[in-house]
Amino acid sequence: MVRRLSWQVATVAEIRHETPSADTLVLDVPEWPGHLAGQHLDVRLTAPDGYSTERSYSIASAPSAGRVEITVQRVEDGEVSPYLAGVLSVGDPLELRGPVGGYFVWRPATESSGSEQPVQLIAGGSGIVPLMAMARTRAQVGSDEPFRLLYSVRSPEEAIYREELPSLGFEVTYAYTRRTPPDWPVPAGRVDAALLAATTWSPDDKPRVYVCGPTPFVEVVANVLVDAGHDPASIRTERFGPTGR
Amino acid sequence: MSFVSPGFGGRRREHRDLPPGQYLTEDFPVLSYGPTPQVDLADWNFGIVTETGAVHGWGWEALLALPHETPHVDIHCVTKWSKLDTDWEGVSLDTLFENVETEAEYAKVYSYGGYSTNLPLEDLLDGKAWIAFGFDGEPLEPEHGGPARLLVPHLYFWKSAKWVRGIQLLLEDEPGFWEENGYHNYGDPWREQRYEGD
Ligand SMILES: Cc1cc2nc3c(=O)[nH]c(=O)nc-3n(C[C@H](O)[C@H](O)[C@H](O)COP(=O)(O)OP(=O)(O)OC[C@H]3O[C@@H](n4cnc5c(N)ncnc54)[C@H](O)[C@@H]3O)c2cc1C
Repeated sequence: MVRRLSWQVATVAEIRHETPSADTLVLDVPEWPGHLAGQHLDVRLTAPDGYSTERSYSIASAPSAGRVEITVQRVEDGEVSPYLAGVLSVGDPLELRGPVGGYFVWRPATESSGSEQPVQLIAGGSGIVPLMAMARTRAQVGSDEPFRLLYSVRSPEEAIYREELPSLGFEVTYAYTRRTPPDWPVPAGRVDAALLAATTWSPDDKPRVYVCGPTPFVEVVANVLVDAGHDPASIRTERFGPTGR
Repeated sequence: MSFVSPGFGGRRREHRDLPPGQYLTEDFPVLSYGPTPQVDLADWNFGIVTETGAVHGWGWEALLALPHETPHVDIHCVTKWSKLDTDWEGVSLDTLFENVETEAEYAKVYSYGGYSTNLPLEDLLDGKAWIAFGFDGEPLEPEHGGPARLLVPHLYFWKSAKWVRGIQLLLEDEPGFWEENGYHNYGDPWREQRYEGD
């Protein structure tokens, strides 16, 4: 049967300031059916004269009926993100539809599948959002599947979900590209082959890998992983945002 | 217009050539589900397989020896960006289909890396599609589908399979990768056929 994805009006129930430039919107969506970790939704904004535009946002929360969270990183001179993370306030309506996407998703192993295959999450910037849904879902269902996260951000202040990540019960490694916390053992720099080899599951562990972030980040990370011997078929990628030149 | 977003004015990078819901970008965003396959030109091969199993194949040199065209087209991605006035270089599928005899109405396109997508055969013919290997005067970069990708600009860009390796002709339609994952079977940007059921 074809399930038609129709637009519906959500209400902003709560706003959480995650970083100076990223906000989480907690949305009441009366008809929200729940979702899989890693899926996204589409938002549609409409101006009084009828002009309208759409963007996609990953779902940050674990599945729940009637409620969903997204985390929006403000893009300077963006059309939509400064509205969502800046103008929109609690009680405002927001038009959306979803959930969408069936590939960049993580499902907890069932007892019958009994998978102990490790899961490696690798995020750059706001690419943490769909991976957070996976981590929260793992916690929600009480799964002890082996997870690891490598999270690349420009500086400590820009790390989203900083408070919650350490409580999720798996190893989280931060990589700072511009500025590190005081006394950090290594200088700021981009994620490279050496760092990936040192902090992520090795190809011998046969992990499933989810990589999400800006296109150049995803491109570099996925290529390095393949060169290091990971099976390309076990690497799933989601690319946010602008440039691929 | 029933719904208005309170306080939203819109930046209006609007353009008369944009399908509904799309916005204009000057970048060239990348969307794919996995790592970029690295395809060695010495091993590269492109084949058309008919419903009877007849195979028409070209290696890299053979493809380049065919007449080239330079389509100047607009492209529209289902993730909402559109890019106008892009310049490509490639071989028309009309050229590749010159000696192909088929009764099939459907095509399933396969890629190096495992991707697939389906479309009606008529959407590949009559000057509507190319195997492209050049972009903006340069060889097509791997992350954009190089060495060669399908180019079907009148449909959402996921139909323009990157790293293309072959086309299977079918009597009955068969969904491809994104089509099995909730996306629309046809994907006309002007009718906003993004997801199944649109
Ligand atoms: C499947 C999917 C999931 C996504 N999930 C999220 C998410 O969870 N959180 C989130 O914040 N965003 C997410 N995005 C990105 C989001 O859809 C928008 O692209 C982003 O919010 C920018 O929109 P804008 O209208 O503010 O900027 P635009 O007006 O579209 O762009 C303004 C300028 O900024 C550049 N730009 C656009 N996007 C970015 C970017 N991400 N980083 C840097 N520069 C950019 C543009 O090229 C342009 O020059 C997702 C995208 C996809 C396709």
